[in-house]
Amino acid sequence: MIRIEGLSKSYGDLPVLRNCSLEVGRGEVVVICGPSGSGKSTFVKCMNGIEPVQAGRITIDGEVLPSKPAAAARIRSRVGMVFQHFELYPHLTVMENICLAQIHVLKRGRGEAEAKARALLRRVGLADKESAYPTQLSGGQQQRIAIVRALAMDPIAMLFDEPTSALDPEMIGEVLAVMLELAREGMTMIVVTHEMGFAKAAAGRIVFMDHGEIVEVAETQHFFAQPSSERARLFLSRILAH
Amino acid sequence: MNYAWNWSVLFQAPYLGWLGQGIAMTMMVSIAAWIIALTLGTLIGILHSGASGALRLVTGCYINVFRNVPLLLQMFLWFFVVPELLPKAAGTWLKRDLPHPEVVTAIVALGLFTASRVAVQVAAGIAAVPRGQSMAAYASGLSTLQRYKLVLLPQAFRIVVPPMTSEFLTIFKNSSIALSIGVYELTAQTQQIQSFTYQGFEAFTAATVTYMTIALIVTALMTVIERRIAIAGPLARG
Amino acid sequence: MSGFDISVILHALPFLAKGLGLSLALTAVAMIGGLALGLVIAVIRLSRFRFPAMLAALYVNGFRAVPLILVIFWFYFLVPLLLGRPVGALYSVLIAFVMFEGAYYSEIIRAGLKSVRPGQWQAAQASGMTYLQTIRLVVLPQALRKMAPLMVTQGVVLFQDTSLVYVVSLHDFMTSASIVANTQNRIVELYVFAAFVYFAICTTGSVLAQRLSSGRRHAY
Repeated sequence: MIRIEGLSKSYGDLPVLRNCSLEVGRGEVVVICGPSGSGKSTFVKCMNGIEPVQAGRITIDGEVLPSKPAAAARIRSRVGMVFQHFELYPHLTVMENICLAQIHVLKRGRGEAEAKARALLRRVGLADKESAYPTQLSGGQQQRIAIVRALAMDPIAMLFDEPTSALDPEMIGEVLAVMLELAREGMTMIVVTHEMGFAKAAAGRIVFMDHGEIVEVAETQHFFAQPSSERARLFLSRILAH
Repeated sequence: MNYAWNWSVLFQAPYLGWLGQGIAMTMMVSIAAWIIALTLGTLIGILHSGASGALRLVTGCYINVFRNVPLLLQMFLWFFVVPELLPKAAGTWLKRDLPHPEVVTAIVALGLFTASRVAVQVAAGIAAVPRGQSMAAYASGLSTLQRYKLVLLPQAFRIVVPPMTSEFLTIFKNSSIALSIGVYELTAQTQQIQSFTYQGFEAFTAATVTYMTIALIVTALMTVIERRIAIAGPLARG
Repeated sequence: MSGFDISVILHALPFLAKGLGLSLALTAVAMIGGLALGLVIAVIRLSRFRFPAMLAALYVNGFRAVPLILVIFWFYFLVPLLLGRPVGALYSVLIAFVMFEGAYYSEIIRAGLKSVRPGQWQAAQASGMTYLQTIRLVVLPQALRKMAPLMVTQGVVLFQDTSLVYVVSLHDFMTSASIVANTQNRIVELYVFAAFVYFAICTTGSVLAQRLSSGRRHAY
C-alpha cells in the first residue's frame, strides 16, 4: 500500500531524516514513536509529499509520488492527513471545511459532498456543529472534524501527526475513540503519537525513531515486552513511568 | 499674534468654488490611483509571496524601486523624463495630445507608488497565515491556484484590511504631492487662495478640516467593514 | 535632447552635495526631535491621566490625518506670525517636521511599549517603581529592540519626505537637482541621477532596518 525507500532529508547542514525505509500493508495500523526531535513528524509529512525530500522514493498504491510538491496533488488527495494543530480553515464553517476539497479536488457536487459530510459528522457525534466556525469549538471537537474532513475524501490510508498532543487531557479520549473505531474498520493508518495505550490497543507494528533514523520496527507485543534496542528501552521506561 | 481673521473669504466667489474644485480633484485623483494601486499591488503581493525565484526577484525589484524613491521625484520622472525617453511620436503624444496630462500623470504615479506599498502588505498578510494551513491544503490535494483562492487569500484578506485602511488614508494625503506638477487639488487651491487674499490660515483650516473629515469617514467605514467580515468568519486574534 | 550628458552632473556636483547635506541634516534633526517628542507623547498617552492622554491622542490623530505639504504650509506662514518677525523658511520647516514626525514616532513607541508583557509592568511596579521608572528602566529597554527597525524604516520615509520642502523653495537635494535641471536644460540627467542617489541611500536604510529586525529574532 505505502512503500518508503531510502528517505533522507536535511535542513541545510542539519539532517532530519537518514535513509528511512518502511512498508505498510493494506489495513495495517502502524504507530511511529520516539523522543521529540527524532524526525517522526517530518517523516509522516514526507509520506504524502507535503515536505520535500532530498533522496528516496515513496510509492503509494503502486504509484511513485512525484518529487515536486504541486505535481503530487492527485495522489495526495487519496491519502488523508490529520495535523497536530487541526488546521481547520478558520474562515470557513465546519460544513465548508469538510466540503472544500471534495468539491474542488474530487469535483463532487455540493449536495453529494454535504450528504457525505453529514453522514460522517453523525458518526463522530458532531451532527449539530455543521454551521459552527472552528474557533467556536473545543480542541477535541476540532480534531474530530479534521478527521471527518480527511475521511470525506474516501482516502485509501490516513496519516496522523501527533493528533492528540495539542489537546487538553480530558479531550484526548474522544479523539482516540474515533481513531480506534477507524482502525477496527480496517483503515490503513500511520500514526505519530505518544499515546502508548492507543498503540497497544490498535497498532500491529511499532516504529521507533531517534535522531532521524528508524531504530526499530517491531510487532506491538514484542516492542512493549522486550524492545531490541537500548534506545527504545530507555524511551519506553521514561514514557511509561508517567 | 497679529492676524486679521476673515472667515467670510472662504464663502466668497471664486474662492468657495476653488475649494470645491480642490476637494473634487483630491477625491478623483486619490480614488483613481487607489484602483490602480489595489489591483496591481494585490497581484504583485501574491506573486511575491510565491516561492518561485524569478518572479520573487522581479516583484521584489518593483517593490524596492518604488518604495525607495520619493513620490515627488517619481511624479517628476513620469511627467518630465518619461516623455523624453519614449520614441518621439509617443513622447509628443504624451506632451501635446493627452488630455489633462498632469492629472493623468499624477494618477499613474500615485497608483504605481502606492501599489508597491499595497504589495508589501498583501505579501505580509499571506505570510501571516499559519504554515499549517498551507500544508492542510496541500494534503487534501488542492492545486496551488486553489490553495491561494480558497485557503490563503480569504484569510490574508482579513489580516490585510487594517493596514489597507491606513494605505487608503495615505493615498489622500499623498495626492497633495500632485500639486508639484500642477494639479489643482485641495492643498494647491488653498495655497492659491492664500496668495490671492493673504487670508492663508482660513484656507489652510478649511483644508485641514476636509482632510480630517475624509480620515474620519474612511476610518468609520472601514470599522464597519472589519466588523462585517469578522462576523462572516470569526478568526482567533493571535 | 541627445545623449546622456554626465558632465552636467559632474559640474553641478558641489551644488548638489550641498543640497544633499541639507536633506540629511533636516532628516537628522527631524528624527532626533521627532523621537524625543514622540517619546513624551507616547508616555502621556499610556499614562493614567485621562485628559492629557486624550490631548496627546488628538495631537497624534490630527497630524496623521493631514498631508505633510499642508503642515509645511501651515508652519511656513504661522511661525513668523507667532514670533512677530520673519525667520526664514528653514526654521519653520524644521519645526513643522519635528511636530509632524513626533506624531508618527509616538505611534511606533507606543506600540513598542505596549508589546512588553503586562507581567513586566506589574513586576516593576510591585518592586515599588514609579510609572516613569517602570518605563525608563524596565519597559523601554525591552521595547527598544522591537522598535529599532520601525524607527529606521520611518527614518527612510522621513528622508524621502524632506524632498517636499521643494514647495517652500528650500535648497535641499531635490530642489537643487531641479534647479540644475531647469537652468542647464538637462532634465533627464538630473532627475535620473537624483533618483539613483535617493534609491541608494534609502535602500541602505531599508537593508539596515531588515538587519535589525532579523537580528532581533535571533536575540530572543
